[in-house]
Amino acid sequence: MSSSALPLAGLSLDPVSDFQQLTAFPFMVNALEAGTAVAIMAGVVGWFMVLRRESFAGHTLSLMAFPGATGALLIGLPAAAGYFVFCGASALVIGLGSSGVRRHRGEESALTGVVQALGLACGFVFLSLYQGVLAGYENLLFGDFLGITRGQVLTLAIVAVLALCGFALVGRPLLFASVDETVARARGVPVRGLALAFLLVLGLAVAATAQITGVLLVFALLVAPAATAQQITCRIGASLVLSVILGVAITWAGLALAYFYSEPVGFYITTVAFTIYVIARVTRAVIDHSTLLRRRPEIAEAHA
Amino acid sequence: MNITSAPPTTDRRIDVALPGAAGQTEAVAWLEGAQAQIAGRAVWSEVRLEIGAGEFTAILGPNGSGKTTLLRVLLGELPLAAGRASVLGRDPGAAKGQIGYLPQRRHFDAGIRIRGVDLVRLGLDGARWGLPIRALGRDRVREAIELVCASEYATRPIGRLSGGEQQRLLIAQALVTDPRVLILDEPLDSLDLPNQTAVSALLARICKQQGVTVLLVAHDVNPLLSYLDRVVYFGAGRAAVGTPREVITAGTLSRLYGVPIEVLTTADGRLFVAGLPEAPAHHSGRHEHDEQ
Repeated sequence: MSSSALPLAGLSLDPVSDFQQLTAFPFMVNALEAGTAVAIMAGVVGWFMVLRRESFAGHTLSLMAFPGATGALLIGLPAAAGYFVFCGASALVIGLGSSGVRRHRGEESALTGVVQALGLACGFVFLSLYQGVLAGYENLLFGDFLGITRGQVLTLAIVAVLALCGFALVGRPLLFASVDETVARARGVPVRGLALAFLLVLGLAVAATAQITGVLLVFALLVAPAATAQQITCRIGASLVLSVILGVAITWAGLALAYFYSEPVGFYITTVAFTIYVIARVTRAVIDHSTLLRRRPEIAEAHA
Repeated sequence: MNITSAPPTTDRRIDVALPGAAGQTEAVAWLEGAQAQIAGRAVWSEVRLEIGAGEFTAILGPNGSGKTTLLRVLLGELPLAAGRASVLGRDPGAAKGQIGYLPQRRHFDAGIRIRGVDLVRLGLDGARWGLPIRALGRDRVREAIELVCASEYATRPIGRLSGGEQQRLLIAQALVTDPRVLILDEPLDSLDLPNQTAVSALLARICKQQGVTVLLVAHDVNPLLSYLDRVVYFGAGRAAVGTPREVITAGTLSRLYGVPIEVLTTADGRLFVAGLPEAPAHHSGRHEHDEQ
């Protein structure tokens, strides 16, 4: 599985030659295209997920890809089908089971936790029922980019386009419901329906992302670009665009590193994402602190 | 200092006549013989109320006396069990587009990285589907923010603003659609005293300068008292309606709250209500909500 077996010159730090090497094989072109589609979608979905404080639900849905994949293998279906079915169904259960009211979020997280535990248990049962040796199940957990087919690229691109169209349609009411639920409801925004629809899209996005990063590391691509972008700017449009750009950049960097070195792609994506997030977070803290110090004399004056 | 104090009377029916000025303008809110019920229990009955255009009215009373219930009736969320009601000359709920509504104070998490100005804009177009068209309504958003004097901090993340600053931006959000009526549920709740006074003055200015009829639920009448045109006091299943001087008397308030209350007149002729049971203001609304 490691790419070191391939006849490579290695990372040369010459962008042109590196890019030529990166795209020399069709499997790598497939991986880059699939990764780009997934990263764009994850950037937008993740942005709303971070804003809505639904990271726990997102995390649970990402783990649901594990029973999805093992269950699909057990009955002889492609893993991707299992991803979509399990993630979608769990999103429905979490969405329908929660009241959709902010102050009842505690119940929702309890339900989400139960779904998560059940899903993981199912995953391991499926794995043990599967009599043969499940070849490369680390790839399932930590990501594999060598075996992505044209069909998969097409599926992921269609899912991404559908998700983006959905966001273009409901983006504003969803934003309203996410930051100011009470007033949004009073203005006639279907808060409950949007919450359920969002969880479903989140489930689909997770199922798609898991095919690149692996089940355990989906989260890196969903949370890190969005959280980093929100640290950098509080303008809605800029923050969304930045989230997508960061997602694509992190994915390309991760795929390239995995291509030239031997560790799984999920590891590189996670490491790059985490590093960027930490830098943004620390910078934001420093800026906020210095702004506060600069504003303090004005505040003191105004009260005098 | 002139102190009037009267023992609570046994009279259950409290009725204070409307001021003579009523009728010269179109009634913005009007109730007659109104009864509201929640879960089959009457919250208040025989309420007669008329609020004129451009008036500043406070709805007051003990916890659970039906203050928020009146707002729900006026917003068309709760039909009357008896009697009649109209808002802006139509059935309650039919005039919703002309009402700016500010629910009980919402808390914005410090980590929410959304600018105040975007929050105000959501009041204008947040309920619309499809891609936003940025240019539309930009002036309206700026005007609303200038009206509440929040331009200085409107582009900062909402989560990092103080309670008073957040409340101003939320008022701008309710005003951005240019409503004829502004209905606020406990807008002074959980603000410190200087901010209570400042927000009261701001609402009074919007009422007088913009001609917006302001109707708010409050727990403590004192920060508002000098600005009010009319008060609606709920208590013991009834309502007392009138100008502050008519309704805010020791006798009426003691009867409504069921405890002795004093009304003081300061040297410059301002009223001050003393002796109200120490109500934790930040819990008040929640109790009412739970009952509903």
